[in-house]
Amino acid sequence: MADVTTYREAVAEGIAREMRRDPSVVCLGEDIGAAGGVFKTTVGLFEEFGKERIWDTPISEQAIVGAAMGAAMTGMRPVAEIMFSDFLACCWDYLANEIPKVRYMTGGQVTVPLVVRTANGGGLGFGAQHSQAVENWALTVPGLKIAAPSTPADVVGLMASAIRSDDPVVFFEHKGLFALKGEPAPPDHVIPLGEAAVVREGTDVTLVALAATVRLALAAANQLAKDGVSVEVIDLRCLVPLDMATVLASVARTSRLVVVEENPYQGGWGGTVVSIVAEEGFESLDAPIKRVAAECVPLPFADALEDAVIPTVDKVVDAVRKTAAY
Amino acid sequence: MTTATDLSAAELTDLYERMAIIRRTEKAAFDMFMSGLVKGTTHLASGHEAVAVGTAAALRPDDYVFATYRGHHHAMAMGATAEECLAELMSKATGICKAKGGSMHLTKAANGMLGSYAIVGAHLPMAAGAAWSAKLRGTDQIAVAFFGDGATNIGAFHEALNLAAVWKLPVLFVCENNFYMEYTPIGAVTAAEHPAADRAPGYQLPARVIDGNDVVVVRDTVLEAAERARAGEGPTVIEAETYRHHGHSRTDPAKYRPAEEVERWLKHDPLDLARARLEALGVDPADIQKVDERAAAHVAAAVDAAKNAPDADAAEAFTDVWADGGATWRT
Repeated sequence: MADVTTYREAVAEGIAREMRRDPSVVCLGEDIGAAGGVFKTTVGLFEEFGKERIWDTPISEQAIVGAAMGAAMTGMRPVAEIMFSDFLACCWDYLANEIPKVRYMTGGQVTVPLVVRTANGGGLGFGAQHSQAVENWALTVPGLKIAAPSTPADVVGLMASAIRSDDPVVFFEHKGLFALKGEPAPPDHVIPLGEAAVVREGTDVTLVALAATVRLALAAANQLAKDGVSVEVIDLRCLVPLDMATVLASVARTSRLVVVEENPYQGGWGGTVVSIVAEEGFESLDAPIKRVAAECVPLPFADALEDAVIPTVDKVVDAVRKTAAY
Repeated sequence: MTTATDLSAAELTDLYERMAIIRRTEKAAFDMFMSGLVKGTTHLASGHEAVAVGTAAALRPDDYVFATYRGHHHAMAMGATAEECLAELMSKATGICKAKGGSMHLTKAANGMLGSYAIVGAHLPMAAGAAWSAKLRGTDQIAVAFFGDGATNIGAFHEALNLAAVWKLPVLFVCENNFYMEYTPIGAVTAAEHPAADRAPGYQLPARVIDGNDVVVVRDTVLEAAERARAGEGPTVIEAETYRHHGHSRTDPAKYRPAEEVERWLKHDPLDLARARLEALGVDPADIQKVDERAAAHVAAAVDAAKNAPDADAAEAFTDVWADGGATWRT
């Protein structure tokens, strides 16, 4: 095994490991077969597993996710790709009304073990309809599990748990991380859904992040360390289950909290995290909580404009400084 | 296809009894709604019985069915009992979905009846997916999606037909064309005379327009399409013409339907048609009368049992979100 791998390669590796161990795992999506996916995240799967397990679909998001649901209810473990997370809106009925509710509204008669993978997030200049971070959309719907890895090894470990889960999982792969290099996942690597990671220990401020914002948080923490501010960085890794125990324990130590999220401030997942800290960790706090989130405008195209809207290292550094100095 | 059938008198009597039980269960649901024992809404299927019962009669026990919010008859045709359906409508602990689904979501998964869905057309791709699953597993099972004429104008219908056609899936798309999309004549909002069947050629799928009130015609048509699907020849669109005896939902008196049209269809009742066929097969009308009485007694007992069942426990609101049975979303 190579010493380093990319996040992009880890997606295919994570899927391939599960397909090797479980013949009920099948993939479907647009251009995922011989083409290897528009982001090249399924390269090699068609060659290894063939057309009986890797299915190219028409541009029919409802058919893709609806068919995955029907297959999941009848003995398969489908992994459906929605090319850009913005396109989840084209099949939102399935994510909002069908998949998360069918088990409940039938009194537990059916199970829906499926994964919907999707390329999420901005920073690449794809404009307003191909750049959104929409993990908060999924968080509004009880009944969906949500994973959003930040490293290649986490991609493999969380993919294993997502595919093995008997519950539906929306798996957000961050477009800005596809080229990220990191340590390959060890054999049989499995990260349980709902376990956050303390990726940097610190004593002054807790910085909670997810997916691409973990990179921003770590870069900001490095910069702040030079100024003597000690930042603890938590990678949530999942939004459901949400590991608030790790967050609350960290805030109890640092007494200060900043959340870095790429989805918009309005309705962003940070609102849920900080409301729980306000309700259950208020006594720990020595400063107001800050949220660094995307501004509440559509995502613009030009780099200078996009940087003005989404979180950046500078914005995180500034927020942490203010919180530490409060 | 001819309307000659290989159904025996005993088999047809059984189908008649199933339809009679559904008809009386719907009547009971209506009555209990009016007396306040059923809350929410109901979309009664009186008049549509032959489509569900005829289709179910053509299926294998391991086949799959996906239905709509007007789905009491589909659930019961697939083996759900009158008692568990009525208990569901009455918010009882013994309801078929533990009183968490209600009228629009009756489900009998143990019998392959994988749900009733209340977002129009959403379940057509699911049925295609179940058929895809059967194909992947090599089981020769088929999947059936029942849907109304109104569903033929929503995107999921077209996405499902195209995917099922290009993947040659063993799925049957069975449209219950009752000529009204809720309150509006389907012809007023559809650029096709036959809303389901006329769209099928665009996906190179075979289609049949049939008398959906004749249980024998439905059964024979579905049997032929099912054999075709099991043989790997792909989907069929079946447009079964039928008619609601009630309005769209319980608040709708259906005054938009011309009286002579209603009269004509009431004279073309699925139960009457089946009774005539039974008599033609030599069955004594007195024996048919006994079947009616048995169905009435069956439903009366189901009503009593459902009324006397315990109410759903509020704690049940917090079960069955996840596969582990619970509802925990955070630590």
